[in-house]
Amino acid sequence: MNAYKQIIVDGLWKNNPGLVQLLGLCPLLAVTNTVINGLGLGLATILTLVASNGIISLLRNQIPDEARLPVFVMIIASIVTIIELSMNAWFHELYLILGIFIPLIVTNCSIIGRAEAFAARNSVGPALLDGLMMGLGFAAVLILLGAMRELIGQGTLFSQAYLMFGEGARGLTITVIEDYRGFLMALLPPGAFIGLGLLVALKNSIDIRLAKREPKASVVEVETPAAG
Amino acid sequence: MKDLQKHIVRVGLLLGLFAIVATTLVALTEQNTREQIKENQRQALLDGINALIPHDEYNNAILQDTLLLPPTQALGTEEPTLVYRARMDDEPIAAVLTVIAPDGYSGTIKMLVGIYYSGKLAGVRVIDHKETPGLGDKIDVKKDDWILQFEGLSLGNPPASKWRVKKDGGQFDQFTGATITPRAVVGAVKQSLEYFRKHRDELFAVAEEEE
Repeated sequence: MNAYKQIIVDGLWKNNPGLVQLLGLCPLLAVTNTVINGLGLGLATILTLVASNGIISLLRNQIPDEARLPVFVMIIASIVTIIELSMNAWFHELYLILGIFIPLIVTNCSIIGRAEAFAARNSVGPALLDGLMMGLGFAAVLILLGAMRELIGQGTLFSQAYLMFGEGARGLTITVIEDYRGFLMALLPPGAFIGLGLLVALKNSIDIRLAKREPKASVVEVETPAAG
Repeated sequence: MKDLQKHIVRVGLLLGLFAIVATTLVALTEQNTREQIKENQRQALLDGINALIPHDEYNNAILQDTLLLPPTQALGTEEPTLVYRARMDDEPIAAVLTVIAPDGYSGTIKMLVGIYYSGKLAGVRVIDHKETPGLGDKIDVKKDDWILQFEGLSLGNPPASKWRVKKDGGQFDQFTGATITPRAVVGAVKQSLEYFRKHRDELFAVAEEEE
């Protein structure tokens, strides 16, 4: 497998930040109660990850090794602040929708995780791709978890889509279950933990099945959950 | 030993350099976006006012007919705010106050409260808040109709004891999973009505020099 393909597979599946690294749980659990919320945070995270990976990779030879963590933190915090201010000024409509998610990204340690584990050791091209793929992998988990919780919690999908796509998108909302009374727990934090647990279990069972089918392929990797 | 010291100084200086560059970039962005952000917020304010008091109910220049209100505890404001006053042929019609609920679930909730001269609510809109997405943010009219129920209410309607969320024995719905946010909004709206009743004539006093 060539290096780029490896990065793509890692970000989307094998080393998915949401399901395998278990990084960025704070924003992940906090906002995934609807598909649209998940999508919003997903987009904002992709943007920040790509930007921070790119800049840190560019500066990797200038950053003193002993002080790299404070430097990473500074760079990421600056990027997030600059993105927030610029969006507020020039993309105000979008800011009103995504604005609340942007400060949440600072609490996402998968960003500093990628800076440390990848961007600081690789050239710009792979670092950008890694940021994009990790971001996409994270966004996919957000959207999936959002869909699960929204469906179980309130019986709809894509509710409030017009907030993101404009008035024309009002029709996008799908009421899957008519006259659904709602299941509050799915929308509250316990629902997030249980939902994420189910997703991790699903991923592992798929991995095990794949490993059985191709006995030669490597065994399911041992996962070390990280804090965050 | 010398080398180590040199190294420490070098790393420290580099770290300082990164801090300076990062701070400069943020400061520059802040400077370049400040005006635009202010303008966006002013526009949002204008839209907010127009949503509260229909255009055809007044005929003065509402954005010019303002009163600078010093920080007022009853309204939760900690900075001077502008009161916008709607008049029809110089007769007072309604005032739009900036009200801040200090006790939201995560920080303050900034609202515009429109009150007719009679003391009846023209309406309430939340213009700035940090409440939990999906739970407390239903106070935002874009996400839920909850805030519209204030329209037409006044201090006597409902009676004072009912100016609470249902959980506290009042008549206003709380949200599933979020009681603190609506409680804060209801409380702040009630307080602003009380303030309006006490200070109505001062609020409509004509022609003060404004900034």
